[in-house]
Amino acid sequence: MTDKTQVHGRGLRRLAFAATITLIGAFAMVFFWTPNEADQGFIQKIFYLHVPLAIVTLGGFVAGGIFGFMQLRTGKRVWDLRSYVAIHLSLMLAVAVLITGAIWAKASWGHWWVWDEPVLVSFLVVFLLYACYQPLRFAIEDPERQARYAAVFAVVAGAFVPINFAAVRLAQAYTHPRTLGTTTGGMPGSMMLTFLISMLGMTLLFMTLWKFELTSKSARMRLSSIRRRIARETTTEQAA
Amino acid sequence: MIGQAITLLRKDLLLEFRDRESVPAMALLAAATLVVFHFALGQRSISGELASGALWVTLLFASMLGISRLFVAEQEDGGFDAVLLAPVERTAILLAKATALLIFLIIVELIAVPMFGVLLLGVPLGPAIPSLIGVLLLADICIAIVGALVSALAIQTRIRELLVPILALPLLLPVLIAGSRASGQIFQPGGPAAVAGRWPLMLALYGVVFGLLAFALYDYLLDD
Repeated sequence: MTDKTQVHGRGLRRLAFAATITLIGAFAMVFFWTPNEADQGFIQKIFYLHVPLAIVTLGGFVAGGIFGFMQLRTGKRVWDLRSYVAIHLSLMLAVAVLITGAIWAKASWGHWWVWDEPVLVSFLVVFLLYACYQPLRFAIEDPERQARYAAVFAVVAGAFVPINFAAVRLAQAYTHPRTLGTTTGGMPGSMMLTFLISMLGMTLLFMTLWKFELTSKSARMRLSSIRRRIARETTTEQAA
Repeated sequence: MIGQAITLLRKDLLLEFRDRESVPAMALLAAATLVVFHFALGQRSISGELASGALWVTLLFASMLGISRLFVAEQEDGGFDAVLLAPVERTAILLAKATALLIFLIIVELIAVPMFGVLLLGVPLGPAIPSLIGVLLLADICIAIVGALVSALAIQTRIRELLVPILALPLLLPVLIAGSRASGQIFQPGGPAAVAGRWPLMLALYGVVFGLLAFALYDYLLDD
């Protein structure tokens, strides 16, 4: 029997190392190299944390949907575990995205929450939907059914993410015309480079955490199955 | 398959006709919500975006009740096993449940919308009716599809009544956006303005996407 734990854990150390180095590099660039933005000043630098984090979080939700789809197609429990860990992790990071978004909004627009910002609003809606994932999952006892229902939810919610973004943007575009261009438009080269490196760092960080959680979860599951087997063997020995 | 769906639908409608569980409760909740809006907003009559918002919140709340009751007859009286043992396709079950919910919603709206016109709406309801019917019908189809999906997701859990609203409300947000923006134009104080084409289009697209999703995923929800 091949060891699942080792399969998940392979390359974890290297990945963690790469994530640390890239993130340290990205933050060093943010603080010491990129210019302050003319309009917003220093606070704009939260952009290098907030935006990559938001993109990675959404990517994690969508990945959870894809893994859920694989679970439904193959029926293998490992896909369910992958989907669960991706959504679980994204849900936690989503809190960080909402908080950093609120801080940015407060600093540059003077309010903790701005309904005119469609990306922030749709993010909140997506967060509210995914917050149901765990209650749904753990209200089903049968493990096979739990995996299946969680996968269906992951697929539906994953498809909902782009629809919701389009709907919210459409709803706001006509009440408040957007005067500002897109966030990435017209960025000087140094800002763009820093953003890309920070994006890479966040992706690596997400992958590291995902792999770590996957390893620890499957190790724990293996441990408890070994424990159960030992308990069963001792009881049969005692009976004999 | 259509024949199976019609048989299942007849069963659901017959049950509802005899028990009268869902629809009266939905209509009563809608009426109570309208009264709540009168006092919460502190206004005798409303129009425009505000009126449309009140109407949509009322209808969404009422539909939550319908969604959470959709599979209850099967679940509580053990009819589930019988339906699943019968040689019917899952798609037929989806079709029957969504249509049943659609019919319930239409009946509730036949009661709630005139009541809304009398109790809260500050502009005459008459001229608004033709375009309102179109928007409501499109939105009802979307709600019925998502409702059938959500209720099947939640029915096997221990916390069915809790899950349905917290799952369905975010999922139905695009429907609320399109519906309330469209009827906001319909309830304009100066008489109904033309509804911008993008809102019905958005409802139709939403319905198609979630219809396909439900069609693809229903097999996995009800196979034990």
